[in-house]
Amino acid sequence: MATQLSVDRRTFLKTSAAGGAALLIGFHLPAGATDHAQAQEKPPINPLNAWVRITPDDRVTLILGKSEMGQGIMTALPMILAEELCLDWKNVKVEQAPTNPKIYDHGTGGSGSIAGSWLPLRQAGAAAREMLIAAAAKKWEVTADTCKAQNGRVVHGHPQRSFGYGELVADAALLPIPNLKEVPLKNSNEFTIVGHDMHRVDAAAKATGSAKFGIDSRPKGLQYAVIARCPVFNGKVASFDATKAKAVPGVRDVFQIESSGRGASTTGGVAVVADNSWAALQGRNALQIKWDEGSAAGESTAELRKQFLATAAKPGKIVRNDGDADASLAAASRKLEAVYELPFAAHVCMEPMNCTVHIQGDRAEAWVPSQGPQWAQSVIAEIAKLPPESVTVHTTLMGGGFGRRYQADFVMEAAQVAKTTGKPVMVLWTREDDMQHDFYRPASYHKMQGALDADGNLAAWKHFQTSTSIAAKWRPNGAEKPEQGEFGTGATIPYTTQNIRIEYTLAHSSAPRAWWRSVEHSSSGFVMESFIDEMAHAAGQDPLAYRLKLIGDARAIPQFDGSPNDPPLTTARLKGVLQLAADKAGWGKPMPANQGRGIAAFFSFDSYLAAVAEVTLRNGQLKVNRIVCAVDCGRPINPDGIRAQVESAAIYALTATLKDAITVEHGSIVQTNFNNYGMIRMKDAPPIEVHIVQSTEQPTGIGEPTVPVIAPAICNAIFDARRKSKALRIRRLPIHSEDLA
Amino acid sequence: MAISFTVNGKSQSVDVSPEMPLLWVLRDTLNMTGTKFGCGMALCGACTVHIDGTATRSCITPISSVAGKKITTIEGLSTDGSHPVQQAWIEEDVPQCGYCQSGQIMSAVALLAKKPNPTDADIDSAMSGNICRCGTYQRIRKAIHRAAGAKA
Repeated sequence: MATQLSVDRRTFLKTSAAGGAALLIGFHLPAGATDHAQAQEKPPINPLNAWVRITPDDRVTLILGKSEMGQGIMTALPMILAEELCLDWKNVKVEQAPTNPKIYDHGTGGSGSIAGSWLPLRQAGAAAREMLIAAAAKKWEVTADTCKAQNGRVVHGHPQRSFGYGELVADAALLPIPNLKEVPLKNSNEFTIVGHDMHRVDAAAKATGSAKFGIDSRPKGLQYAVIARCPVFNGKVASFDATKAKAVPGVRDVFQIESSGRGASTTGGVAVVADNSWAALQGRNALQIKWDEGSAAGESTAELRKQFLATAAKPGKIVRNDGDADASLAAASRKLEAVYELPFAAHVCMEPMNCTVHIQGDRAEAWVPSQGPQWAQSVIAEIAKLPPESVTVHTTLMGGGFGRRYQADFVMEAAQVAKTTGKPVMVLWTREDDMQHDFYRPASYHKMQGALDADGNLAAWKHFQTSTSIAAKWRPNGAEKPEQGEFGTGATIPYTTQNIRIEYTLAHSSAPRAWWRSVEHSSSGFVMESFIDEMAHAAGQDPLAYRLKLIGDARAIPQFDGSPNDPPLTTARLKGVLQLAADKAGWGKPMPANQGRGIAAFFSFDSYLAAVAEVTLRNGQLKVNRIVCAVDCGRPINPDGIRAQVESAAIYALTATLKDAITVEHGSIVQTNFNNYGMIRMKDAPPIEVHIVQSTEQPTGIGEPTVPVIAPAICNAIFDARRKSKALRIRRLPIHSEDLA
Repeated sequence: MAISFTVNGKSQSVDVSPEMPLLWVLRDTLNMTGTKFGCGMALCGACTVHIDGTATRSCITPISSVAGKKITTIEGLSTDGSHPVQQAWIEEDVPQCGYCQSGQIMSAVALLAKKPNPTDADIDSAMSGNICRCGTYQRIRKAIHRAAGAKA
């Protein structure tokens, strides 16, 4: 596994879930850390220590082994434990787990927490319940099967007698741990917590300002640091003069830190350490630095587009080839060709990147807002020259993650500064730092070709993509499969056709790329669900009816290039969400002039999403009136949490659809702050309706799968609003004002 | 030279550079971390506090300008979440990541003080200076209406 250097995030996370810690990026990780990860044969874990703590006075604390970044996992995962433990949800407290990859699979991403934890947490909760029942049975000298657990107590007999869990836990914790594969799980028709709307456990702390994010860490004696980084990709410090910076009151130290491609991808720069954030920022402003800008200084968005155009004129590497799409296209009497373009996109967590580290002698302590705290632990251990067990990592709440906080660049910087100062220090990023030194969603260019047969059915589907791939960022020397992770389920085409050809060519860029909420699906969803709409109109058919017809018979389509464990795309479920969204939105009802309705559906993260958008377009002004979403993510755990995630991802996608692009000039990012990288605000935010399919299938992801359907639903609605004027389609994001004229 | 002001009813005196923004005095000098840093340019509203009752972006407010004034932060509404706006936020499950919510709540409280029964247009106008990257806008809207109802 350690030699498998794939950086496809699904593989990354699945491997990580299989016990490899977060270290699939082991190719540039400290060797010790990888060995450490490999050596982990997890011994049986006592659920009464690892997952639940019960005090003699019956207070119950459930342990959260994942990171909370807003997605509600701090509520949903404990609900699963509480269900099997037969607890009264009102009395449950939740606590963040200590960072310990021997016990917990901390990595939080890929919309995978619920899907990956559903069975293990049920088993852990059930095992703890059985141990408590066994302890009670022993005390009463009866058999365990005559006892049962309810509301935090074990009860027995008529008249009923009972013990609170608090009276049993000391004995129960010493009993043999049941075999997790055989422990009896509750029947789903007995569920009283799972499947019911539960309030977020973190809402009160977040409404009172008492919630502690990474940036709120205040260990005694804390110093604050900011780092001056070269704005040009891969640029370095040539020389610097710190005289004026050191003269700023409150500035304590100024020194250079090196860049790294080992353990994390950092730029290096000049660190300014001060008594408070403001002094550090003033000190940084006073620095005089000569940069060695390096070879990327000539890069720009305009140059990248030229590269895309030149690349797209030539065939790409074949990713998928069914039948003979080229022959079918050549022979077709009706065919379409369209080019779609997407820019780089930034994560823009509201809490800018930060990390607090204290390295002292034989131990280190860190406060890290991280989706991969075990990775943070190994990075700090490497810098501090300590074994990972000697690094205590507190996973804090995160002010947004969206994939950005899976990186460990900000952790490494803080470790470097802390190693130099020997004092507790927070490395704080400003909004400008955060926007200009992100790991961006790749920019991509797609040439789509489709052929229709005499009945308007799909005779051929051809998709050529060139992009600045994520894989090529993380495997610069061995990018033998740069296309890996650039199509995702976009290569698993639900629309029936015999002839499919998918091609890819890598485009070169020094802009850092990585996983942005929904990753490649954000591009694939826009391109495919816009193009199929074009095909429907070319065939003269209703876009919903056309999709339903082409998806066709009930069948299971294996995920293209997926692992054997990936569930197939089930056409009935995809059609189910399309029909549900359409029904709830009133699909087919006549719309007034200047108004339009658009639909899109996509399968990603093993979940099914459909959206209908309604827009008004008048005098070049676009208003999104309403978005109706239908979701099938298997068995709903916390339905209101699902609604919140769909609302959230829709707004996230709306920003990428309607606001600004991340662009490059002189090898650096142009956008700096919210004045030139706009966000959807209250006045722009449409009502979003969420309809959840009441499924009993395995629960699957919900943080990301809404993102891919929003842009195509909006653009399809705009096309519908202009049905009379036969205006051109919108094929590039974000939507520019001139596209609406 | 020390600068004196009141935070949540308590007198404070700090000896810092006069141009240091109130945000950093609250967060780093007084260790009151409920008020958040989002942009440093009054573009996102995460740092919103009340100065003599007016919603103000603390990230561009020099500490010298608040001498003698009364400042209210999120911690000053209530520490137990009993303020009607906080209650509405909890009931509607508004927060996701929660980072922007201190600023959102301070803007909402200021709005409700001026307009006890705001229309959607009032909410758009008063709340559009506060960015929420998690997109909790429709729940914020519901929570403001709920709080208005609770107060009425």
